[in-house]
Amino acid sequence: MNAPAPAKALAALPETLFSVPGMRCAGCISKLETGLAHAPGIAAARVNFTAKRVTVSHLPETTLPELVEAIGALGFDAQPLLDPMTVTGDQESRDLLKALAVAGFAAMNIMLLSVSVWSGAEGGTRDLFHWLSGAIAVPTVIYSGRPFFKSAWAALKHGRTNMDVPISIGVTLATALSLFETIMHGAHAYFDGAVMLLFFLLCGRWLDSVMRDRARDGVSALLKNTAPGALVLESGGQSRWVAASELRQGMTMLVAAGERLAADGVVAKGQSRLDASLLTGESAPVPLGPGERIHAGTLNLDGPLEVEITAAGAETAVADIARLMEEAAQSKSRYVRIADRAARWYAPAVHTLALSSFVGWMIAGAGWHHSLLIAVAVLIITCPCALGLAVPAAQIVAAGALMKRGVLVKDGSALERLAEVDRALFDKTGTLTLGRPDPVNLDALDAPGKALALALARVSRHPLSQSLRRALEAEGVTAASVEGAVETPGAGVEALAKGVRVRLGRPESQLEDGRLACALSVGDASPVTILFEDAMRPDVRASLATLSALGIESAIVSGDREEAVRPVAAQLGLAAQTGMLPEDKLAAIAELDAAGHKVLMVGDGLNDGPALAAGHASLAPASASDAGQNAADAIFLGDSLDPVPTAVRVARATQRIVRQNFIMAIGYNVIAVPLAILGMVTPLIAALAMSGSSLIVVANALRLKGSAR
Amino acid sequence: MTGIALLIPIALGLGLLGLAGFFWSLGNGQFDDLDGASLRILLDDDEAGPVS
Repeated sequence: MNAPAPAKALAALPETLFSVPGMRCAGCISKLETGLAHAPGIAAARVNFTAKRVTVSHLPETTLPELVEAIGALGFDAQPLLDPMTVTGDQESRDLLKALAVAGFAAMNIMLLSVSVWSGAEGGTRDLFHWLSGAIAVPTVIYSGRPFFKSAWAALKHGRTNMDVPISIGVTLATALSLFETIMHGAHAYFDGAVMLLFFLLCGRWLDSVMRDRARDGVSALLKNTAPGALVLESGGQSRWVAASELRQGMTMLVAAGERLAADGVVAKGQSRLDASLLTGESAPVPLGPGERIHAGTLNLDGPLEVEITAAGAETAVADIARLMEEAAQSKSRYVRIADRAARWYAPAVHTLALSSFVGWMIAGAGWHHSLLIAVAVLIITCPCALGLAVPAAQIVAAGALMKRGVLVKDGSALERLAEVDRALFDKTGTLTLGRPDPVNLDALDAPGKALALALARVSRHPLSQSLRRALEAEGVTAASVEGAVETPGAGVEALAKGVRVRLGRPESQLEDGRLACALSVGDASPVTILFEDAMRPDVRASLATLSALGIESAIVSGDREEAVRPVAAQLGLAAQTGMLPEDKLAAIAELDAAGHKVLMVGDGLNDGPALAAGHASLAPASASDAGQNAADAIFLGDSLDPVPTAVRVARATQRIVRQNFIMAIGYNVIAVPLAILGMVTPLIAALAMSGSSLIVVANALRLKGSAR
Repeated sequence: MTGIALLIPIALGLGLLGLAGFFWSLGNGQFDDLDGASLRILLDDDEAGPVS
């Protein structure tokens, strides 16, 4: 199964993890594993398709950019994952899965023994079976019950109560009482009920945790907008690659065209233009020369720059925005999830019910043993088995359906909040528009011109060249053959095609209003200018129409200049506020909040981070900044804006199913609790009621499977 | 009764064996890449895989 690894893989080699979001099929796996194993300096590669990651083991001297280059040569975009947090992390799910496996094993075997008891085993046989059940159940409850005991204890310590308190009391009491019954040769033991309860509840817990993991995998596969490091110029004139966390004030970094800055600094040498849209929302490139300040996260468009670092890591200008984001996120953490809201009245009700049945039977003169038996039956029957499954089952099915449509939801509460929104605020650059320059007048080139343009564009890493290459390749143009291609940074690419000098590069005269453009000249013929524009996402109009059909009113909040926003706003018929700072966006949300609206924030930039954190719910495109992705509740992939209304629609459908599940769970209690109080619930009835209600709830949740279509 | 004395340990033992197997495979990374595993059966093991 493994890619053939050359013999040099024998020693313990350093391993680097890359996220490769572009892999889609079996061919990609083999292409990456086989191709990388043959690349120089790389010993072996292993693909994890689920997480869209590649682990590369390579020689110590192979640098990060070389590895990215090697993956790039196979036709994949790769981003190194350096943060260990994104690597480990599903430990919680794994522990829950182990607890679930143990509970499942125990439940099956105890049920095996219980069925014999129910079918009429008597005397010594029944005692033996009870003892065996107990021997399996007690260690299981201790092992698999830990997640609940821990959470219940934490809640009690703070003087609160949650769903886990009645669960813990119920399971512990039922086990202890059954043990007592077994010792006393009693007829009824509830070992099966206690363990089965744990099994069903762990199912719900595990599903919830898996959902968070999956989204986190997806998100970390997309972390890509801050540079992982930079080439640092050393005193001897050599350059060395340094990771972002190792960059220090006073270092000089080399930033090539098409690279993002890894730290704040002052330009020491070079002339270029910068795309700061991620930071400010400003769409037009900013020209820049020596002595001027630039910030981490901006994209160098034209020429190479030497930048003296003034601030790195947590000290960058980004830190300010991060502080705002943290404050904004606090209001969101106060949101109480629907299951917890239910638990607020459910837990005390269950305790009161069990206690009063105990007291009631004592008063009726039933004796403490019989009364306790009934109280335990009440606790087991009312334990929120179906309730514990009702929410996570529905949410994970919905999240799976959304994932197929390219929406990664971070957690269950995101779906709950998404269902409640009634206003939507959109950022412009990168959200309503694609946030990248696209050629708008390719028709100006004839067929041979296109072939030449592609041949030249392929050579360069300049963002305009890359965009031109993508557009031409999408049209199915085949590159012409050229010889001796040379790139002059800041000027363009030159080559010979059949003896004629061809050039793709900066147009001779600057265009008015600083629009992006490049020119293709063939021999002595007059050059053809290709214009670039930040195009609107496809389906924007249809998506906004769907949103308003869902009763959600949209508006634009942009950090860009009014001249840039006005045409977009006019075209879409939306109200727009322009030139907004991150604080202004926060204020806009606070204002709507105060008016009783629930705001859905859709944005991508660093400047949207605080607003994304403050919105009642928030969505960010996959092209968004790290900060944007971290702050958003869900990420959508692809160019279309259609996932936004889809996400809202699915979230609302999920809430409907959750509510139905709650009603069913409550209905089940209304029937079962009186029976338990009357003392008519035997272990057999408890087992049937518990598994029956859980299965119904799960089956109902499965109806959400097609909800995203 | 002798039948039960034999059968119950066997039943429990088999169950435990399955549980141990599951724990082993979880720790061994068998569940790390479920989507990838379903695709890998399509790959040829020899060098002549679709490298182009």
